[in-house]
Amino acid sequence: MNTAAQFTPLSGDTNTSLPGVRIQVENLKKSLGGMEILRGLSFEVEAGEIFVIMGPSGSGKSVLLRHLIGLESPDHGRILVNGHSIESPEVRSQYRMAMVFQSGALLNSLTVQENVGIYLKEHRLQTPNEIQKTVDEKLKLVGLTDIGHRYPSELSGGMRKRVAIARSLVIEPQLILYDEPTSELDPQSSGTIGKEILSLKHRIEVTSIVVSHDPELAIGIADRIAVINEGQIIFIGTTSEFKQTKDPMIHRLLYSDFKP
Amino acid sequence: MFRSLGEILILFQQVVRALPLAVRHSGKILTQFYEIGNASLLMACVLSMFIGGVLALQTGPVLANQGLSGSIGGLVGLSMCKELAPVMMAMLTAGRIGSAMAAEIGSMKVYQEIDALITMNINPVHYLVLPRMIAITLALPMLVVFAILAGWFGGALVSVGSSEIGISFAVYFNNLRELVDSGDVLNGIIKGAVFGIIIGTVSCHQGLKTTGGPRGIGHAVTRAVVNSLALILILDYFLTRILLFWD
Ligand SMILES: Nc1ncnc2c1ncn2[C@@H]1O[C@H](COP(=O)(O)OP(=O)(O)O)[C@@H](O)[C@H]1O
Ligand SMILES: [Mg+2]
Repeated sequence: MNTAAQFTPLSGDTNTSLPGVRIQVENLKKSLGGMEILRGLSFEVEAGEIFVIMGPSGSGKSVLLRHLIGLESPDHGRILVNGHSIESPEVRSQYRMAMVFQSGALLNSLTVQENVGIYLKEHRLQTPNEIQKTVDEKLKLVGLTDIGHRYPSELSGGMRKRVAIARSLVIEPQLILYDEPTSELDPQSSGTIGKEILSLKHRIEVTSIVVSHDPELAIGIADRIAVINEGQIIFIGTTSEFKQTKDPMIHRLLYSDFKP
Repeated sequence: MFRSLGEILILFQQVVRALPLAVRHSGKILTQFYEIGNASLLMACVLSMFIGGVLALQTGPVLANQGLSGSIGGLVGLSMCKELAPVMMAMLTAGRIGSAMAAEIGSMKVYQEIDALITMNINPVHYLVLPRMIAITLALPMLVVFAILAGWFGGALVSVGSSEIGISFAVYFNNLRELVDSGDVLNGIIKGAVFGIIIGTVSCHQGLKTTGGPRGIGHAVTRAVVNSLALILILDYFLTRILLFWD
């Protein structure tokens, strides 16, 4: 697996969590509002892999992620988690999956601390004291300290995304989906998020699917990259294959032609 | 609106099924209850005093002309507890609390907070709707009780103070006590609870099905209030019939 040197993983504790899951998507089709958004997508993501999905805005990346976490169900085709359909309720409860939404989707009425601890609290997995400890630990992992009592509206976009990542980590997920984790961020914060995604892979062997249209991030963290356009996969391959591709279509879609 | 009625009933059924979980959410229920009381109690009392006062002012002189000024206490007393307090408090609550519920849940929907809950296996009906429904179903009857008392008092003030009526507190309240019994107050409390359920279900339902960004939230709020009021006024008639039958 190739990982570019610019994102060296952060050192962290070893975690005894469950291994990452394998995802198979078979001929996924979905229409929304009378338009066919996903037009027969098929791909596989190996356990523990970082799979980056790129593509221009409106190409169906977010809709695809919503299918992978079970927020939407396909019109056609299926999604398998370790070989089992995601639509069966047992699978939803058997495998731990988390999604980091583009906006963060933090609960605005709760503090950072309550947001990060909500999964443990609502499922009564730990006592309040234990939750406090876990929350501090996860916040520290994403490089945040002393903001537990703030509300999401008091944070910058980058901090909100890191809180959202911390909230996902609490689940000890076997699959994390990231929707544009570095959009609206400055290069430095983007780098930090990239490092976090990479370090999680090494620390807890989680499977990560990252939607992004930032080629630099993709090349920096991905094991494999897929490019989708208008609901179809137009490229899929390893990061080095991606770097070598001369396909003018991909270049046009992913890199701006703007030259002053 | 009537197309949503089925969905509203389903939501209500989900809440009823989740009732055993209420203990787990007691903290959230208390918070909601406190918020409702805080937002509405003073307003409820002031409004009800004026309603009771107007009632006395409108009917008092007529009754006094007929030599019936002694009956005004019972008239205000019964009207307040059987009809005016529950309906007016329901209207106030739909406007203040129902709208807030629809806006809050609607914005959570629009900003994907509810999706985030679902991905964490947290049921939004249990987490968001159940505590609000329980709180409003308990709080509205409580407001009705305060409204009844304030209305009676407002009626008394006008009956005693206005020169056209001019009866004493004792005459007013003796007549009231003679004609109004605890069953009549219970009548108002039951109506309040039913209206609370209606406002809670309709508003949470509108919030949960909000789509289309900030504009969508505005629509959800409007529909929550308008639909609650329509359902309340229609159901009030049938509820009155049922309660009369029981008497
Ligand atoms: N709920 C919806 N109803 C109708 N159209 C939708 C819905 N969600 C997304 N779309 C449309 O699907 C297309 C893909 O959206 P999306 O997956 O968000 O794109 P992106 O690749 O930028 O994440 C867009 O044209 C969008 O307008
Ligand atoms: Mg998107």
